[in-house]
Amino acid sequence: MKKLINMRRMQDNQQGVIRKISASGQMGKRIREMGLVPDTPIQIRGRAPLKDPVAVKVRDFVLTLRNDEANHITVEVDIPEGDQET
Amino acid sequence: MNKSITIALAGNPNSGKTTVFNAMTGARQHIANYPGVTVEKKTGKISHKGREINVVDLPGTYSLTAYSIEEIVARDFLINDRPDVVINIVDGSNLDRNLYLTVQIRELGIPVVVALNMMDVAESRGMAVDWQSLSQLLEAPVVPIVARSKTGIQDLLDKAVEVAEGTRVWMPAALSYGTDIDRSLDEIAGLMDKSAVYDRKYPARWRALKCIEGDKQMVSLLKRDPAIGARIEEICNATTKHIMDTLGEEPEAIITDHRYGYVAAITRTTLKHRIESRLDLSDKIDKVLTNRFFGPIILMGIFYAIYAFTFWASEEPMGWFEAFFGYVKELARSSIPPGVLQSLIVSGIIDGVGGVMGFVPLIMCMFFAIAILEDSGYMARMAYMLDRVMRWFGLHGNSVMALIVSGGISGGCAVPGVLSTRTLMDPKERIATLLVVPFMNCGAKMPVFAMLTAAFFSISQTRVMFLLTVLAWGFALLSAKLLRATVLRGPKTPFVMELPPYRLPTFQGLLIHTWERTSQYVKKAGTVILGFSIVLWAAMTFPGLPAEKDAAFETLRTEKVADFLKKPIVGSFLTDEKSVSRLGEIIKALVSAEGKSQRPPNNALEKDRLFPLGLEAAKMMSGKAQRGDAGRDLAKVASQYLVLAKDLQIIDTDRRHAALSNTVAGRLGRILEYLTDPLGFDYRVNIALIGGFAAKEVILSTLGTAYSLSESQQELEGTLQERLRKDRSWNPLKAFTLIVFIMLYVPCMATVISIRKETSWGWAGFSLAFNLTAAYLVALFVSQAGKLIGLGT
Repeated sequence: MKKLINMRRMQDNQQGVIRKISASGQMGKRIREMGLVPDTPIQIRGRAPLKDPVAVKVRDFVLTLRNDEANHITVEVDIPEGDQET
Repeated sequence: MNKSITIALAGNPNSGKTTVFNAMTGARQHIANYPGVTVEKKTGKISHKGREINVVDLPGTYSLTAYSIEEIVARDFLINDRPDVVINIVDGSNLDRNLYLTVQIRELGIPVVVALNMMDVAESRGMAVDWQSLSQLLEAPVVPIVARSKTGIQDLLDKAVEVAEGTRVWMPAALSYGTDIDRSLDEIAGLMDKSAVYDRKYPARWRALKCIEGDKQMVSLLKRDPAIGARIEEICNATTKHIMDTLGEEPEAIITDHRYGYVAAITRTTLKHRIESRLDLSDKIDKVLTNRFFGPIILMGIFYAIYAFTFWASEEPMGWFEAFFGYVKELARSSIPPGVLQSLIVSGIIDGVGGVMGFVPLIMCMFFAIAILEDSGYMARMAYMLDRVMRWFGLHGNSVMALIVSGGISGGCAVPGVLSTRTLMDPKERIATLLVVPFMNCGAKMPVFAMLTAAFFSISQTRVMFLLTVLAWGFALLSAKLLRATVLRGPKTPFVMELPPYRLPTFQGLLIHTWERTSQYVKKAGTVILGFSIVLWAAMTFPGLPAEKDAAFETLRTEKVADFLKKPIVGSFLTDEKSVSRLGEIIKALVSAEGKSQRPPNNALEKDRLFPLGLEAAKMMSGKAQRGDAGRDLAKVASQYLVLAKDLQIIDTDRRHAALSNTVAGRLGRILEYLTDPLGFDYRVNIALIGGFAAKEVILSTLGTAYSLSESQQELEGTLQERLRKDRSWNPLKAFTLIVFIMLYVPCMATVISIRKETSWGWAGFSLAFNLTAAYLVALFVSQAGKLIGLGT
């Protein structure tokens, strides 16, 4: 089952595909320029010791962004059948 | 054709651009700033197959928009300076994101050669790049290279020269951005071509694209032709509205998405992943180094290691530097007659410059260690791990770098620290970082701290320094928080940063990076500090004592000597003032020879009629004389002479003391006593602190001068450290207050000048006032609180 969630809510090592970037202006520009554009597959690689920022594998490199920025990114992820976690 | 060729290197940060530049130019680099901005411009002249080539290393950028100074600088250089060819360095192991810039360069149309770098890394990751078809799709020559091993650099230069000597016509690529945007682009480009006002250096379609993207620089240029400009703005606004209505995004976002789509189409046909993405070595290292638990521990460990390394590695060479300047000083002393000129050269120039240069080994080791952190990719992880902390204080993950270079791991320098704030894009975060970096314990403050702790605290040096480092971080971060909550209030900027793969740094790269920063430090010694130490020397020398006061001291001296000569027996050994001073010289030579456990310096001395007397006096001074050793008369005269010598010293001391108090620095120091009295600083400390404004290194030497100038000769034999410990006005509380004050008060002149260059005189002035106030308040608190709890007695 596919589900749209916020990138911030993704678990470590979880994979997904970016569907929407809702940030605009400088933040939106920066996020997109670094390759986080719709239809890009990503994988969460981990979080900094204080759980923020988050490290994301995108294309062939690793990017970090803060939770504040991850909030603006909607990702389509696989949710195992029967898992009701929201 | 023998004309020189200009090649610009463009590429993403971490694409290996600097490595290519180093491989091409070696040590023949010239670093300057781009006109009007603070972005470094590195150039190098090389000759390739008989042609003169100018290589310009553009700032590393991900894009050619107008969001950061670096991007504007790179773009303006390409458009205004029109290099003959651009070499675009592309990381072959990270093709998608790197080609995003390549596509923009192609859209601009400037002749380009793509250097496909890191092909070895790509291969090891199981990627295969079909560079021939990449070349066809990009309509630009592609040369595979491995910059680290200098493979393919010659081919790359061959190709670049070939392109530069080719047609040289700009041929912009036209990407499609969907029918709506495409239609507007055509319309705007058509209008631009009609205008007689717009210059032709920008390709029309590229410029139209920038207008639709809302690029501030390009939009503002529209006003040059009011009629057509207004029409174009109308079209842009209409397009924006239409795109927002239909797609719910700004045109800029749509354009980026399309461009990435275009790149994806290219990589689909040219890039083959033979192995599906797996954890590579870099990811595995990250699992440990950025681990929630081990990450911070390793980080602290690395801080400590660097710091231990710096001290260990620089100890020996620091000694050489010291010895060298000691030698030069002796040389100057012996070859220039005593007087104002000798004083200027020895105390003003050699001490001032030597004080700064003496730290070069320490600074160099520090920067070498920092270069390892940067070139290996660990610095980015530090920013990543510490961003959350930095943000709480209103700073940015990238601020860490500036703080560390400035002395976050004791022993940096605020000048390159201020320069490294350039990586911060938001002006407010940048200024806040700039303003607090001088609080860090730079290499110049360290010796003062070292002296004071050695004199007053009986814990190990390393531990104290570590504590002081923690303290400096605390002050810096809290003031940043204060600044960001008041004068620099503003939103946080995005933190979207690449974590580059870990790489083994190349030795050449490390050396070049170390040298770049060290030379910034050395330059400051040659210019600002030289000037200031002369000014400072003058302030501590002029005006001298008024003639009548000086004469009074002289009379006192003559009287004492005359009294001595009149004494019975003395007359048979010494007859006039000249012989008295000759005796003084002999004793001095003997004492210093004994100090070094050498034989008396020369035979001429032993042949002197006064030698036996001198020997006796010297023995008495060191307490080695035994009764009956020499004739009774001799012993009597010797002991009487010693009394005279002591009296004369007191007179000389008083005279120097009076002279120093009378100088500009002395007077200023005394006036400042009103302010510094609650802190416990007397005028001598104040003089040293004034000197510290030139450079913090000067504090120690000035303190030395201020104390040697006003203490009696015997105590001068001891080190400054011993002298302070013996001085009753000093105690551990005062020492600690002074440490805190020095840590926080005014940045040195060179730093202030750097701050001004990076911002404005206003901020440089603010920095002075802010730091001084902070230092005063904190030091006041320390000294008063210390007294309250009964310290400082």
